[in-house]
Amino acid sequence: MRKFLLDSKGGICLAALGLVMMGFGILRGEMPVVLQKAINICMECIGIG
Amino acid sequence: MDKKQNRNEWKRHGIQAIWALLTNSYLLGFAQGKIYRGKLKNLCVPGLNCYSCPGAVGACPIGAMQAVIGSWNFKFAFYVAGFLMFVGALTGRFVCGWLCPFGLIQDLLHKIPFPRKINTFRGDKLLRKLKYVILLVFVILLPMFVVDVMGQGAPYFCKLICPAGTLEGGIPLVLLNRTMRGAVGWLYAWKNLLLLITIFLSMLIYRPFCKYICPLGAVYSVFNPISVFRYRVDREKCTNCKSCAKVCKMQVNPTENANHPECIRCGACKKTCPENAIY
Repeated sequence: MRKFLLDSKGGICLAALGLVMMGFGILRGEMPVVLQKAINICMECIGIG
Repeated sequence: MDKKQNRNEWKRHGIQAIWALLTNSYLLGFAQGKIYRGKLKNLCVPGLNCYSCPGAVGACPIGAMQAVIGSWNFKFAFYVAGFLMFVGALTGRFVCGWLCPFGLIQDLLHKIPFPRKINTFRGDKLLRKLKYVILLVFVILLPMFVVDVMGQGAPYFCKLICPAGTLEGGIPLVLLNRTMRGAVGWLYAWKNLLLLITIFLSMLIYRPFCKYICPLGAVYSVFNPISVFRYRVDREKCTNCKSCAKVCKMQVNPTENANHPECIRCGACKKTCPENAIY
């Protein structure tokens, strides 16, 4: 286990950084932008807009 | 392909299909020609899955990233980039091999018999870099800098390229919704042409969209060599028989680099190794 953790320290650090970034993004209000885009039909995505 | 390999591959397709059904489980959308509008869509799914698919219950990370970068008040998508970093740092391109609905579609299309299947060709390696250019230009730079008077950028990858959006969102919505049918134009025709090309090429080449175009695969591929869950090769057990390289449809040689950016973690090499040297 210890060997696995040591071997994966780069990945673990980046995963943790990813979580921090997600938290920061949520705190500064990015989630509503995602929701707003996702709950309305994206005309560009389907090739109409 | 021997029977054991075939069985393992169908097991993987089963998991891909279950995941595709779970993340597209809003069946009412298919019946009514509408999309799910609930709070689950705050969350991104790990694979390429258009949020305008009538069944989609989550947000496509590539669409979400363009939406945030292209919004007038944000110019970087920490939430989506953090999500992709988290998933990528844990699993690399495992998502491509196991959890992407568009990957499953290409896998199944490649099973259709064709007179001559193409494994590789001149320029194949160079063409695989194209997905990084598409990520940079269509997902990041264009939505960031090509903006309207309100300062909002369009999701250029979705708009001009993504065949998943056409297949999962465009075609069902246009078929099910009369108002949509009246609005189709040249862009819809262009996107359907790209979809047809993708379908045709998928019969010839294994996962052409993943290899050459997909910006999501490009993001995850960066994390492949350092992800927590990755392949390791026991050099003492490995006899260099190359059976792993022969079975890889992404043309990766695991004995040279088991975590090559092109590896989608399908597990074929691991299962085929006679010495169980890949773990």
